[in-house]
Amino acid sequence: MATRKSTSKSNVSAEELLSYYRDMLLIRRFEEKAGQLYGMGLIGGFCHLYIGQEAVVVGLEATAKEGDKRITSYRDHGHMLACGMDPKGVMAELTGREGGYSKGKGGSMHMFSKEKHFYGGHGIVGAQVPLGAGLAFSDKYKGNDNVTFTYFGDGAANQGQVYETYNMAMLWDLPVIFVIENNKYAMGTSVQRATKSPSLWERGAAYGIKGEEVDGMDVLAVKAAGEKAVAHCRAGKGPYILEVMTYRYRGHSMSDPAKYRTRDEVQKMRAERDAIEHVRDLLLQGKHATEDDLKTIDKDIKAVVNEAAEFSKESPEPALEELWTDIYA
Amino acid sequence: MATEVLMPALSPTMEEGTLAKWLVKEGDTVASGDIIAEIETDKATMEFEAVDEGVIGKILVAAGTEGVKVNTPIAILVAEGEDVPAEGAKAETAPAPAALSGEEGKTAAPAAASAPAAPKVDTSPDWPEGTAMKTQTVREALRDAMAEEMRSTDEVFVMGEEVAEYQGAYKITQGLLDEFGARRVIDTPITEHGFAGIGVGAAFGGLRPIVEFMTFNFAMQAIDHIINSAAKTLYMSGGQMGCPIVFRGPNGAAARVGAQHSQCYAAWYSQIPGLKVVMPYSAADAKGLLKTAIRDPNPVIFLENEILYGRSFEVPVLDDFTVPFGKAKIWREGSDVTIVSFGIGMTYALDAAERLAKDGIEAEVIDLRTIRPMDTDAILASVMKTNRLITVEEGFPQGSVGNYITSVVMQQAFDYLDAPVINLAGKDVPMPYAANLEKLALVTTDEVVEAARKVTYR
Repeated sequence: MATRKSTSKSNVSAEELLSYYRDMLLIRRFEEKAGQLYGMGLIGGFCHLYIGQEAVVVGLEATAKEGDKRITSYRDHGHMLACGMDPKGVMAELTGREGGYSKGKGGSMHMFSKEKHFYGGHGIVGAQVPLGAGLAFSDKYKGNDNVTFTYFGDGAANQGQVYETYNMAMLWDLPVIFVIENNKYAMGTSVQRATKSPSLWERGAAYGIKGEEVDGMDVLAVKAAGEKAVAHCRAGKGPYILEVMTYRYRGHSMSDPAKYRTRDEVQKMRAERDAIEHVRDLLLQGKHATEDDLKTIDKDIKAVVNEAAEFSKESPEPALEELWTDIYA
Repeated sequence: MATEVLMPALSPTMEEGTLAKWLVKEGDTVASGDIIAEIETDKATMEFEAVDEGVIGKILVAAGTEGVKVNTPIAILVAEGEDVPAEGAKAETAPAPAALSGEEGKTAAPAAASAPAAPKVDTSPDWPEGTAMKTQTVREALRDAMAEEMRSTDEVFVMGEEVAEYQGAYKITQGLLDEFGARRVIDTPITEHGFAGIGVGAAFGGLRPIVEFMTFNFAMQAIDHIINSAAKTLYMSGGQMGCPIVFRGPNGAAARVGAQHSQCYAAWYSQIPGLKVVMPYSAADAKGLLKTAIRDPNPVIFLENEILYGRSFEVPVLDDFTVPFGKAKIWREGSDVTIVSFGIGMTYALDAAERLAKDGIEAEVIDLRTIRPMDTDAILASVMKTNRLITVEEGFPQGSVGNYITSVVMQQAFDYLDAPVINLAGKDVPMPYAANLEKLALVTTDEVVEAARKVTYR
């Protein structure tokens, strides 16, 4: 039934490695900028940053093809950037402006792109899990081989609807990959304080769903596991679970004083396990890139992020008439 | 280039805070992610990280300073070897945040508060004169509506508990499995929250699901997906992501099934922008409205009634019979009092009207058919004629559909009223099991008759 922790790694080209570096760095710089804009009062409400977890979405997006779908929780900026949504539109949604993906009406937690098959951005913990299975249902019904990446956290993993969904996803062989992004803390509650289950992915065994634990700080390990999961789903064998062990460096949201963990714990992860540094080392050691090459990438990405920030400030607030639109199709 | 470090907002509501402690001093080199200060907000003490690398050139706000407004410069960050700009020289700083409050109070007022306009009532018949009719139960009409829509559109499918092999807990889906097969008529496990979510996801994915709840009482387990996932997503996505789905099943009291199986949800769902709410009374309406619901690009709550399932009505024999949303039906014209109802409430309204007629009181009986959108024009036009209004429903009295109708009439036809509006509803109690108490808890024909006499002062 259940398989072991993945140790296999993808063979990747220098070009692919560089693209992962770029994609992860874009997410990090974007999120840092979002934090800054929040501090300036330009972004309001709740804002959940993805810093530290970049390898998860970048590794999995590397396994997706056109037509595949993705859906996640409110910690969604990284997922949107990784699937190719425009940083300008994402940032402008964060500032609540007309140029945002939802015309400023959704905000950080509620963004969508039909074009990129990104189905949100959901603010209710765990709700995206049956929704993701429903997306997979639609593809199976239509008879194509698309898969749906359904992301949720270790916190959502304790919601009842997750298990209702496991049951039906397996019963109906739905092509859905359940990606548990285990960043060790559900807001301020560590996994150990929320469950006695030794692992979260193994709970799928009760429904006959295969899965594995993956090192989420290693983009190549994530990609390798993703390839396996995708192949399983595309072959019509039903759902698959990946429990991706990751870490968020920032608080749960911007207003989290993070007293539930030590500064040393965070610094240790940053210093020893950072996913971006890991790829940087691979690139330099493998002589796939020089320090200068990477500096150029850094500069380019900073420019993209600054451009997004500028756009998000200059884009006007939505017209007042927008209050009354998009209620009914 | 020197950069000003600004006092950050660290919570959705923070406007100012205390700079509790500096963890760096002038001349220190910092990297992105280093903690440079501790700031006390209204909720907690937060660590403040540097977002750029550089050298702390100057600290502008001393540790311990209280009431530091958000966006006040608190330090200047310079590049290695760079001097701090002279006093007065402007360091580079991001522009001050734009006003985010909008023009409060200047938005368009909702339609209900606008000046009264003459109501426009659509009195066109639901089917052409001379159409052949057949007698059908509500149950058969609902089944036919689903079958016809499934024949014409492959994206339409039905899912729910016992809808396929068992042929429907109340036999509404009878025969559908035989005709359409297991791909499109899907038995679910008993897992309302989960299958409602899967249905909504399938609608996002381009299908047109009909989700049957064995009763709407069980849909309370799924209400988060109905409201947060189905109803709000079009708005939250700026119009990108629609959710064409029908949630249907019996609603309200049946007979002797007690408090947890006997609630009417018309008022609940009708509160939600983004949902459409339908509650048919007759078989023809059940058929025509369900077909419209399945074709509608929005989430539709379709509230049926177990007691009405077996009632027979005349249904037009047409290839494609639909009834539009937002068009009430006047079952009986009258000039003395208007009775507005919907669903099973119509049985009391119509019975009462017959009894009242014997005493010379002519009631106009309006069946709303759809609660949202609501045909308020039909109500207003009738009230302007009769000057008296009674509403009849089985749901709880506080926050009822009748309460809403009353507020609309108060605002738009106050001068036409010759008596206070009476809202008849179920009693303000959980449904009892005992036969005599259950009868007492429901609205009755007697109560409608009595209310009509009261408002007509007869």
